Amino acid sequence: MNKEEYQKLVKKISPKEPKLRNAIVAFLVGGSVGFIGEVIVNVLMKSFGLSRVDSCAWLAFILILFASLLTAIGKFDNWVVKAKCGLIIPTTGFAHSVQSAALDYKKEGFITGIGANMFKLAGSVILFGIVSAFFLVLLKVMLYG
Amino acid sequence: MIYLNAFLFAGAVCLICQIVLDNTKLTPGHITSGVTVIGAILSFLGIYDKIVFHCGAGATTLISNFGHMLYTSGLAGYEEAGFLGLFTKLLCSSGVAIVGVVIFSFVFTLLFKAKD
Repeated sequence: MNKEEYQKLVKKISPKEPKLRNAIVAFLVGGSVGFIGEVIVNVLMKSFGLSRVDSCAWLAFILILFASLLTAIGKFDNWVVKAKCGLIIPTTGFAHSVQSAALDYKKEGFITGIGANMFKLAGSVILFGIVSAFFLVLLKVMLYG
Repeated sequence: MIYLNAFLFAGAVCLICQIVLDNTKLTPGHITSGVTVIGAILSFLGIYDKIVFHCGAGATTLISNFGHMLYTSGLAGYEEAGFLGLFTKLLCSSGVAIVGVVIFSFVFTLLFKAKD
């Protein structure tokens, strides 16, 4: 068997990703996160008299707490495997990546383990977020004064 | 109405990201970073404010809101205190995400063990 045949065989045997199902699940889960978020924001605004901006900050706080706690218990990993982008793109994915990296490297100690590896995955989000925002603000100021 | 918009917008963004993830070689790390940068660019163009107005939490729960908050607080800081204000105020409103993640992750890591 030469290399080409082998490649064909691998392609035939390896399980296909159910792309359509993944997309629909991501849509429904992601949409539900947005919908539940809106419900929480409205409850906070009505019952505590907070402004919309403050309620959204509280919502981010609640989502992060929820995702971190469930990841630490061990439930969230299974959910992310099933829902994929439906849970990765909301703020829950950001908390999940930090929490799971911290738990995985706990055994290597505080400094070289948790400290060095905590932002292994989420670091790129913070880096590119800050860099792009910084230069866009400079661009805006240069263009429009 | 805003509930439906929130559902549709958050769902649509996740749907697009899932299609990109399945059909290209990009990893989730590439996609979340990309969405953050796109959020900052939409905020720069003045579109993200309108999306937040119409879709509410559908737009603020997504990671693109991180880029939006960085940009808006950076711009507000520049207008308030000039060039130095850009540095001191950039993380103002997105600090809740970063500090929250650090504190909760650290505390829960002390309390729980990795499950394998």
